[in-house]
Amino acid sequence: MKKEYVMGNSAIAIGALCSGVKMVAGYPGTPSTEIIETIFHVPHEGVHLEWSVNEKAAMEVCASASYAGFRSLVTMKQVGLNVASDPLLSLAYVGVKGGMVIVVADDPGPISSQTEQDTRRFAQFARIPVFDPASPEQAFEMVQDAFALSEKYHTPVILRPTTRVCHGYATIEFDESYAPKDAEGFIKDSSRWVIFPKLSARNHELIEKRNAVLAAEFSTYRFNTVWGSANHGHRAVFASGISFSYAREYLNEHQDVTLVQVGTAFPFPQDFAKKILEDCEEVLCLEELSPLVEEALLQTAGRYQLKVRIRGKLTGDVPHAGELSVNLCAKILDSFFGTEHRQEVPFVSDDVPPLPVRPPVLCSGCPHRGAFYAVKVAMRKKKAYYCGDIGCYTLGNAQPLDMVDTCLCMGAGITMSQGLCHVDSEAVSFAFIGDSTFFASGITGIVNAIYNEANIIVCILDNATTAMTGHQPHPGTGFNLMGRYVDKLSIEKVLEGLGVQKIVLADPANLKASVAAVKECAKLKGVKAIIFRSPCVSIVKSVDKCVITDKCKDCGICIKQLGCPAVITRKDRTVIDESLCVGCSLCAQICPYKAIEKVKHE
Amino acid sequence: MNRNILVCGVGGQGTVLCSRLIASAFMAEGEQVHSAETIGMAQRGGSVTSHIRVGAGAFSPLIPDGRGDLILAFEPAEAVRNLNYLKPDGIVIVNSQPVKPVTESLRKTGYDGTQMLSFLQEHYHKTYVVDSHEVCRQFGSLKFFNIIILGVACGLGVLGVGKDTVVAEIEKIVKEKFVEVNKKAFAAGFLLGEHYVTDR
Ligand code: SF4
Ligand code: SF4
Repeated sequence: MKKEYVMGNSAIAIGALCSGVKMVAGYPGTPSTEIIETIFHVPHEGVHLEWSVNEKAAMEVCASASYAGFRSLVTMKQVGLNVASDPLLSLAYVGVKGGMVIVVADDPGPISSQTEQDTRRFAQFARIPVFDPASPEQAFEMVQDAFALSEKYHTPVILRPTTRVCHGYATIEFDESYAPKDAEGFIKDSSRWVIFPKLSARNHELIEKRNAVLAAEFSTYRFNTVWGSANHGHRAVFASGISFSYAREYLNEHQDVTLVQVGTAFPFPQDFAKKILEDCEEVLCLEELSPLVEEALLQTAGRYQLKVRIRGKLTGDVPHAGELSVNLCAKILDSFFGTEHRQEVPFVSDDVPPLPVRPPVLCSGCPHRGAFYAVKVAMRKKKAYYCGDIGCYTLGNAQPLDMVDTCLCMGAGITMSQGLCHVDSEAVSFAFIGDSTFFASGITGIVNAIYNEANIIVCILDNATTAMTGHQPHPGTGFNLMGRYVDKLSIEKVLEGLGVQKIVLADPANLKASVAAVKECAKLKGVKAIIFRSPCVSIVKSVDKCVITDKCKDCGICIKQLGCPAVITRKDRTVIDESLCVGCSLCAQICPYKAIEKVKHE
Repeated sequence: MNRNILVCGVGGQGTVLCSRLIASAFMAEGEQVHSAETIGMAQRGGSVTSHIRVGAGAFSPLIPDGRGDLILAFEPAEAVRNLNYLKPDGIVIVNSQPVKPVTESLRKTGYDGTQMLSFLQEHYHKTYVVDSHEVCRQFGSLKFFNIIILGVACGLGVLGVGKDTVVAEIEKIVKEKFVEVNKKAFAAGFLLGEHYVTDR
């Protein structure tokens, strides 16, 4: 046995390997990315590992492997499941043979996501089981339980950790001699693997029967448990996920409290909950995102006509939005139990000096800056719309660039620019999309634009990586997770093949040529594409630096126009921070006094 | 033992290695440890924190407000930003050198860290100030501040783990060719911490 101190996501990865997983696929997204990265870095002989082109692809690749009897793991963040919901909802009817676990990381806060959606709801909607770990240690155990359960009941199973579980660290113990479980392979049977209305109706019935069995089985599951005192004065606290860990700390000082963990929110362990509710006059439910357990408790109380008051989000005791914390839970619990709240926050001082804000910005020398700026300059006296997308380049919204008018979800920029072009033909409509996002969900939008005669300019910001989530390879990079070098998919050939008439390659470090390319495209009708190609500054080492000479008149134009973090003012002089500058020379190209020069970095 | 330590700074300052060494040093001494890192969008020039929680009673990966024993701050404003985690009589070891926000040249707030330091010293009598430029000079790079500040905490006797344990973890965790220089940096910090006590 090996003991290791690991991140929650790594614990999930190792748990899956220990379960004999054979097929692993996912799409990067915070807070889920490190699951696949961990598998890539630890021994995983015999496992097929891939970053799929998007979450839907990942789900389908794994589904068929599980049809063939092998164990498979799919990983994504919560919004990724929206993309993969199509295969998931059908797969729930068809079922699987080899265990299939779908890890979907939720992000209460949200800390780095567009939405505060609750994946447990998705599980309930798809009628498949979901495990909700309260800690990295539980995530490690639960992923293994999930594989076993999936195989026993022939259904995909969701494991739903949240950010604090994914990025928390704890010690796990495991047997290093894991290996993929063997299987007999795909056995043809169209009555089982081909979804038809008849199959769906039959299986719908079976699924609901199975869920009742599962609910009973979960009633004795080891992560559906009662903690603390049994002598509770007719009150109990239910908690799910990380909220359970927060409430657990409350027990340290309030040993008379009854705390119930619900580790499987769906199918809800009704028998287990009923026993507790029967003994209570009032219960409180602590959970993040949505009141799922709370509603299940209300249902249970209603079904058995129990006289118990259920408090939580729906009664205004627990906030609907944002994260919970130890302190917030303590406050809610104190008011629930009518104990005086001990203010644990000693830090109350009204003379706190104003703190500098550190908003995320594009890195110094980031090629996206040049691309955005070129479009901005070219459109100076024109009416134009800028539809952004998901990636580092969303940061193009910040001052002074201010070049993102809309941002909705993966790939939406291309299609939203079409909507705007159809309702306002006066303006020039732009879409900005990164290379990884282009492959993930941009291509169908281009097809739509061509077919429906949109007049748009698609700017593809090709920096040769998936930068936002920590530089994962994608189809355009020529490297995959099996460690092989493969043919790079060419963005220009894809565009050409789709029928885009005007395709221009531009170097975002060359302002003049980039501006000219934008102006040229703006004159044309139809779908135009500009590929701004330059690698992400954090994957290539630069040898150049720029310096400001004494020709500088401190007009500040470079700072006000570009907002590159490397150009700063020191003692009222405009200077370049050498440790940050990568010598892209963008600032040199806009200095009216030619005061910025490129030098070789020693 | 129950102990909560917060390491904070700005992305790129090397806080992660520092927190990893602290966590593994406690584990080497047989303690149960949980920790958490802030990861994601915030990393690009943004504020970063690592929470280290020692002891069997810690279940939340983040330190609850007002329960922190010690803050190792790689930047003055980041120390102040995270004071909600600290006990009223908690300890702050803080770098006096500010990291101006990347947007400073646009906004011109005039931030230079001095206000933060005087605020800390006024409200927290156990504030220890370390000038990273000065202490890193002999090592030729600010990169070593993460090990030096660890040494300072150990030398002050407030870290909660022994000097030899930390050194052993440096040998285990740090890349081989950097072990020697990191051990020297730790020793330099340790000395500084010891003397800080005697100076007061
Ligand atoms: S050359 Fe100018 S714009 Fe480019 S990274 Fe250096 S300072 Fe920033
Ligand atoms: S634009 Fe040129 S002259 Fe103006 S502040 Fe920048 S470097 Fe100096």
